[in-house]
Amino acid sequence: MIPAQFEYTAPTTVDEAVSALAQGGEEAKVLAGGQSLMPLLRLRLAYPELLVDLNRVAELRGVRDEGDSLVIGAMTTHHTVVRDPLVNQHCALIALATATVADPAVRHRGTFGGSLAHADPAGDLPAVTVALDAEMIATGPNGQRTIPAGEFFADYLTSTLQPGEILVGVRVPKLAGWGFHYEKFNRVAQAWAVVGVAAAVRRANGNIAEARVGLTNMGATPVRARAVESAVQGTQAAPAALHEAASQAAEGTHPPSDLHGQADYRRHLAQVLTGRALAAAARV
Amino acid sequence: MPRISVKVDGVTYDDDVEPRLLLVHYLRDWLGKVGTPIGCDTTNCGACTVLMDGSSVKSCSVLAVQADGSEVTTIEGLAADGQMHPMQKSFHEEHALQCGYCTPGMILAATDLLRDNPNPSDDEIRDGLEGNLCRCTGYQNIVRAVRRAAAEMTESAAATDPKEARV
Ligand SMILES: Cc1cc2nc3c(=O)[nH]c(=O)nc-3n(C[C@H](O)[C@H](O)[C@H](O)COP(=O)(O)OP(=O)(O)OC[C@H]3O[C@@H](n4cnc5c(N)ncnc54)[C@H](O)[C@@H]3O)c2cc1C
Ligand code: FES
Ligand code: FES
Repeated sequence: MIPAQFEYTAPTTVDEAVSALAQGGEEAKVLAGGQSLMPLLRLRLAYPELLVDLNRVAELRGVRDEGDSLVIGAMTTHHTVVRDPLVNQHCALIALATATVADPAVRHRGTFGGSLAHADPAGDLPAVTVALDAEMIATGPNGQRTIPAGEFFADYLTSTLQPGEILVGVRVPKLAGWGFHYEKFNRVAQAWAVVGVAAAVRRANGNIAEARVGLTNMGATPVRARAVESAVQGTQAAPAALHEAASQAAEGTHPPSDLHGQADYRRHLAQVLTGRALAAAARV
Repeated sequence: MPRISVKVDGVTYDDDVEPRLLLVHYLRDWLGKVGTPIGCDTTNCGACTVLMDGSSVKSCSVLAVQADGSEVTTIEGLAADGQMHPMQKSFHEEHALQCGYCTPGMILAATDLLRDNPNPSDDEIRDGLEGNLCRCTGYQNIVRAVRRAAAEMTESAAATDPKEARV
């Protein structure tokens, strides 16, 4: 279908984008890669009166080294993230998960920031940012603020960005010496995760010193599998011990039932996939 | 209405367009490039795939205004000097199509894949084409065609570049 009419502006700086968004008021919307928004416009599920296109804002693209952390610009495409040397060296979990997102053409346009702002619980990157304790950097009419990833996802397709705010980047702490894995279960190529597990593991002397586990599509927002994280701490880095700890993966989660799977099936998947993700991240 | 200037298949066009005009509709309805079909409303099928500044994109999820200043290649611009592109030729020779609806997108996505990875394995070909759905062929011949085009393109690159021939 053809989208309903809207006005369009393509600012070249963040300041211009923030004022354009403020002028547009409630009926204005940010356009990033368009890989979620364009289908919504075509299906006429969204009717913005103004689109503020961020594609010409150069300062929002690329990855910056800030010493202990990296800042990934919101408009950095999935394609770039997968290949970025800094991301692969310091936060490889993000590159691994992004490589499973959609397909090459979608990854050429879809952006890191757009995937997070969209806040789809089936999206692969929200759980990764939650697992890595990333921080979202937002700029709005009242200036800049940072939001911990754990507080950024409010509900199904809803973030805690305020109206008029733009997600400009994501600060991700560097994790030296950790192992990573993203385990995604989907039915066919290019499909969204039925359940996904993002795991980061630090080993010391054959044991698991520390682990972080984020779950995709196990509720309306991405969640940390805290019970697994504590169970796994100090255990042997061996498949049996990791799978044992993973049996707590569904604790405290509220997974959806939909045509891709029932809630109890998702709980089962979360346990199996968490075991696999931990083992792969621990290289055992 | 915003004015755009886009180079499509080697020719520059200047037009005033509504912001809501999709690139795929611009190509088909304004420029008559009906070689680029539309297969869905959800950015899933890949039928509308074109190259924008060399990278594959689904032209149903790009606005025509966003293509301002860029270079677009559709299936109609792939042949050079009356000669089919090696990828087109391989699709023909390997019988990699039945109804042909997915073929333009499939061929453009496949050329994009080879730009990144000139010698892909069968699995890499399937991964590279995961955004392009074919309802007819079962994909076997498509994979075969891409493999054949990759071999031919590497060979002809080697023939024209003596340095390449040694590696
Ligand atoms: C066929 C297909 C398969 C897909 N499969 C997957 C998958 O397996 N896993 C996955 O994770 N994703 C998948 N996606 C979604 C893809 O990752 C999109 O790129 C992503 O959801 C949205 O990013 P975008 O840059 O395209 O944002 P857009 O579509 O442009 O925007 C999405 C929403 O976020 C808002 N927004 C965007 N950027 C900002 C910003 N900087 N500040 C404030 N608000 C902003 C927009 O206003 C809009 O509401 C798929 C998409 C398609 C079409
Ligand atoms: S028409 Fe289906 S992806 Fe564009
Ligand atoms: S040949 Fe018919 S859809 Fe592919």
